[in-house]
Amino acid sequence: MDAAIIGELYRRESGAIVARMIRVLGGDFSLAEEVVQEAFEAALAEWPASSAPRNERAWLYATARHKAIDKLRRRTRFETPLDEGTELAALAVDANDEPASSGDDDLLRLIFTCCHPALALDAQVALTLRTLCGLTTDEIARAFLVEPKTMAQRLVRAQNKIRIAKIPYVVPERAELDERLDAVLGVVYLVFNEGYAATAGDALVRHELCREAIRIGRLVERLMPERAEPVALLALMLLHDARRDTRIDGAGELVLLEEQDRSRWDRAEIAEGLERVERALRLGGPTPYAIQAAIAALHARATRAEDTDWRQIALLYAELVRLAPTPVVRLNRAVAVAMHEGAERGLELLRELEDEPDLRAHHLFFAARADLARRLGHTAAARDDYARALELCRAGPERRYLERRLEQVSAG
Amino acid sequence: MQYILLIYGSESEAKKASKDDMLKMHQEYTVFTNELKAAGKMTGGAPLESVTTATTVRVKEGRTLRTDGPFAETREQLGGFYAIEAKDLDEAVAIAAKIPGAKTGSIEVRPVMKLPGM
Repeated sequence: MDAAIIGELYRRESGAIVARMIRVLGGDFSLAEEVVQEAFEAALAEWPASSAPRNERAWLYATARHKAIDKLRRRTRFETPLDEGTELAALAVDANDEPASSGDDDLLRLIFTCCHPALALDAQVALTLRTLCGLTTDEIARAFLVEPKTMAQRLVRAQNKIRIAKIPYVVPERAELDERLDAVLGVVYLVFNEGYAATAGDALVRHELCREAIRIGRLVERLMPERAEPVALLALMLLHDARRDTRIDGAGELVLLEEQDRSRWDRAEIAEGLERVERALRLGGPTPYAIQAAIAALHARATRAEDTDWRQIALLYAELVRLAPTPVVRLNRAVAVAMHEGAERGLELLRELEDEPDLRAHHLFFAARADLARRLGHTAAARDDYARALELCRAGPERRYLERRLEQVSAG
Repeated sequence: MQYILLIYGSESEAKKASKDDMLKMHQEYTVFTNELKAAGKMTGGAPLESVTTATTVRVKEGRTLRTDGPFAETREQLGGFYAIEAKDLDEAVAIAAKIPGAKTGSIEVRPVMKLPGM
């Protein structure tokens, strides 16, 4: 069988197979992962060149299960038995004819366990990408700019904590569900932003992160259809992702929203996003994700930059500030207000933010202030702020954009 | 599954508490401990005297060295512990969150190591 086809299949199916295997093995992530990987290797070697078995997932699961039984038998023979006896018993009765719905339950268990708040956030992210999405440790390491060895240690530590501290492999109870779902969505959004913001690193791997985040987003939406927040987050991600190809030009330079070629935005993704914004608002009202999605929807709806409904966007940001008054949200509101009521008013709002320590270290604050100063013809102020933004900014395309602006105001 | 819940808090802050506050804290601990026992989940535990009474012991080349004070100077000090039986970490955390000291300090939840023959 062709390695590329197996690789495709691995990405698509391994999460579900690992999810079930972990449950049957009583929460042993590393053994589950190991045997599922071996099952895919067996598929590569044993499936005939042209065709896969009719039920690929069942074949892979059965193979992984046999490998797990073998390994546990060997362990009980050579090592001191602890709990393996019960795992073997569970494996022996676990037949392959479970209802399809139990697969979904297993996926939910896996998602909530990977994003368990007793794990460090960076470990939650790594574990989700590795176990649920089937990314390799090297790929995750490259995406987050850490050494593969560091990433491997992070994953092992997380898996060990799950096993040793006994983080349960369950879907949280109703009383905890809201909080725990927030944590899951937080991880998904972090993965998406890491891919979207393109702060540094390998562009291809980063695009992969956006795709994976959207994939998990779709999964959570499907598994918890009565919940509004997954719909809202998915809408937000789709509407941003639709603009992805136009944010960087052929030379690798940053293209601002108002200058992007809107004819190249992904219409199918926008349509999917718009439908979900409506649904999310209907289901759950104006939550932070829904408001951000609604803002992205207003951008997506504007055929030309000058058609953007900045009044509505400024209002939505005001609502977002009310719900989540973080400095960055307030900064975004100031920019939206400046677009609607003029740069003077925007600068007034930015003045209120001058002493926020989070923003004083953030190039976006100075870049935004420089832009408003430039529009008002305050050349000296604009030059100072572009220079300060440059000192704080690390990503290549954004740096070059700021350099161009600095040159521009210095020349004029 | 056995867990130890280590209760950390600031001794200097605790000293500032009024008599009423201390009495209230004591009552809360009594209620919590009785509930835990009644549920059959408590396997041990004790409050500890202040770190000013602590002695740290090391054996170097056969000699016992004693140092006045705790192993490490920290902002919060170990003030007591519970040993509990819980089905998983979620239950252990739920129990830890009910310890009165969780409101003023922090609780470290540690699984007890399983060794064959112990």
